[in-house]
Amino acid sequence: MNKQKSYVADIERALYDIRDEDRSTYKSHAGLTEEIIRDISARKNDPDWMLAFRLRSLAVYHSLELPTWGPDISDLDMDQIVTYVKPDAKMVGSWDELPDDIKNTFDRLGIPEAEKKSLAGVGAQYDSEVVYHNVQQSLTDDGVVYTDMESALRDHEEIVREYFMTLVPPKDHKFAALHGAVWSGGSFVYVPRGVQVKIPLQSYFRLNAAGAGQFEHTLIIVEPGASLHFIEGCSAPKYNVTNLHAGCVELFVKEGARLRYSTIENWSRNMMNLNTKRALVERDGLIEWVSGSFGSHVSMLYPCSVLHGEGARCEFTGVTFASKGQSLDTGASVIHAAPHTSANINTRTISKSGGAATYRSAVKVTKKAPHAKCSVNCESLMLDDESRSDTLPVMDVEGGDADIGHEAKIGRISEEAIYYLTARGIDENEARAMIVRGFVEPIAKELPLEYAVEMNNLINLELER
Amino acid sequence: MLEIKNLRASVDGKEILRGIDLNVGRGEVHVILGPNGGGKSTLMNVIMGHPKYEVVDGTITFDGENLLELKTYERARRGIFLSFQAPEEIPGITVENMIRTSMQAMSGGKLKYLEFRKQLKSMMAELKMDQSYARRYMNVGFSGGEKKRSEILQLLMLNPKLALLDETDSGLDVDAVQIVSNGVAKFHNENNACVIITHNTQILKSLKVDRVHVLLDGLIVKEGGAELVNKVLEEGFGAFSNE
Repeated sequence: MNKQKSYVADIERALYDIRDEDRSTYKSHAGLTEEIIRDISARKNDPDWMLAFRLRSLAVYHSLELPTWGPDISDLDMDQIVTYVKPDAKMVGSWDELPDDIKNTFDRLGIPEAEKKSLAGVGAQYDSEVVYHNVQQSLTDDGVVYTDMESALRDHEEIVREYFMTLVPPKDHKFAALHGAVWSGGSFVYVPRGVQVKIPLQSYFRLNAAGAGQFEHTLIIVEPGASLHFIEGCSAPKYNVTNLHAGCVELFVKEGARLRYSTIENWSRNMMNLNTKRALVERDGLIEWVSGSFGSHVSMLYPCSVLHGEGARCEFTGVTFASKGQSLDTGASVIHAAPHTSANINTRTISKSGGAATYRSAVKVTKKAPHAKCSVNCESLMLDDESRSDTLPVMDVEGGDADIGHEAKIGRISEEAIYYLTARGIDENEARAMIVRGFVEPIAKELPLEYAVEMNNLINLELER
Repeated sequence: MLEIKNLRASVDGKEILRGIDLNVGRGEVHVILGPNGGGKSTLMNVIMGHPKYEVVDGTITFDGENLLELKTYERARRGIFLSFQAPEEIPGITVENMIRTSMQAMSGGKLKYLEFRKQLKSMMAELKMDQSYARRYMNVGFSGGEKKRSEILQLLMLNPKLALLDETDSGLDVDAVQIVSNGVAKFHNENNACVIITHNTQILKSLKVDRVHVLLDGLIVKEGGAELVNKVLEEGFGAFSNE
């Protein structure tokens, strides 16, 4: 087995599953009350407007119902979730200054090594707070800001205030409201006009505490003509209680700017991953999503691109792999809100050993978007008879001349194809793995090499399970 | 090399092979003739170990080993190769990747990449295949002739002991048959053997046929030397129906 770590994560699930002793210095009480929110806010030294924002979000949270249209999330008991866990570490700019167990965790995940090799900046969050942050001096010199959200709120308060949860308002849905009330940690990136960030930045989110929630907020602003590749990785060790991840990602892509946002998510099987990601793309801007969903018990994840300026574009590439005990409901959404906007959605979902994978997408073309172009290609592969796969694409076209293409395929792995490969001396397991790898190949070739290797490793790992 | 005794096999409870005896020795070329639906492809697939077919009775040994106890991939690794009549498409897996994976599986070790590339390139040239096919997905969007050539390419690269060729020449134009036929001739030598299912003689021109079997309704109804090929193809199978 390949022992070398790539920088997203590693092939051995065991590595993700090593838990550190819980030495958090502060944990909020489980459940959700105004008192808890005030307490979190005070501990984080929020400005007054942020406390007010949290409290308004809490009120919205209580007024909204759980969504009933997706996978079953009735296991989720908010009264049992600890919303804020402060690790026993201050944020540092050197791995060596971290407590040993936390440092070792990130070492095992290969983050410091990856930083040396191929990243221009790294942020690492442990439970509710960011514990490590570092960015190359040359980027800082260009005026690029890459920091944790708390520091951003302190040092760039006006920018944060202008953008924070304007794209994903708390009233959007219950978990957006929850996020607005209890958010903690996350990343802030600001790329000034015309600056090309050539080497990727990466944030890694690690949830160690049992029964806790992680609610990091990611806010990225790419000013006109600038470009950035941002990578996000996430994992958690397995516990027998439910953990909750309700992060929020807001991406602002200005005129002629480009942003590539890549995630390979590998949460443990007790995680409810209810994440909201949205991008606002201005004139001639480009958002590229690369999204890999492998872990979690339940996922609901549909990154949304609002094509707001003329000629704005979206490229969405996604892979989802649902195995035993998993219900992964993933997809994408695009709103064409200006002329000549275009979108490409390309996804592969795989289900195995009773896992359920649903592809769900929504494409909306408003009246303001003549000559919109959208092409959706979603393919599903079921590896056995007990697994499930569903495809639910929704198209809502108000404009008359939109060019919309949709191609969906759902199939089972072909026994004849397996026979063909075995007749060439390849054993059944490898034959199966080859067919699956071939199935995701159109996606894999879009990924940077390390990610393609990583995705293959994760697929092999899932197939062995 | 290959010994088949009283082989009876069925699919979905229907008996297709009703008692086949066949011996193929090292260095030999055997031809199987017969109408469609007579059991020719079934025989090939049973030798290869297709899970869909159930062997009801009889034995198959290969170099003295009981094949029926081996899985398909183990049979392949012992040196049996089947050129499929309708090869599967494998999206996302390139021809080169598939052949390399296959060769590594057979040899149990790593291939030297440059040597492999060189060999692949020369075999493709031999089969008049455009080099770009190495990077195309296995059989995806291939014409009938291209699929058959890709089967022969695999035959040449894997160099098995026993080649089972299931209508490798059907549906091809004259030039393509010539290319495929040259490929088979290039493969064949005194240390290996071929069993060829065909409906015409052209693929046999560059080979010395040792034995011909007429398979009808799950039974071998007639056997003979090379001369039988022309006789059967001229007179049809009707003459054997009553034998």
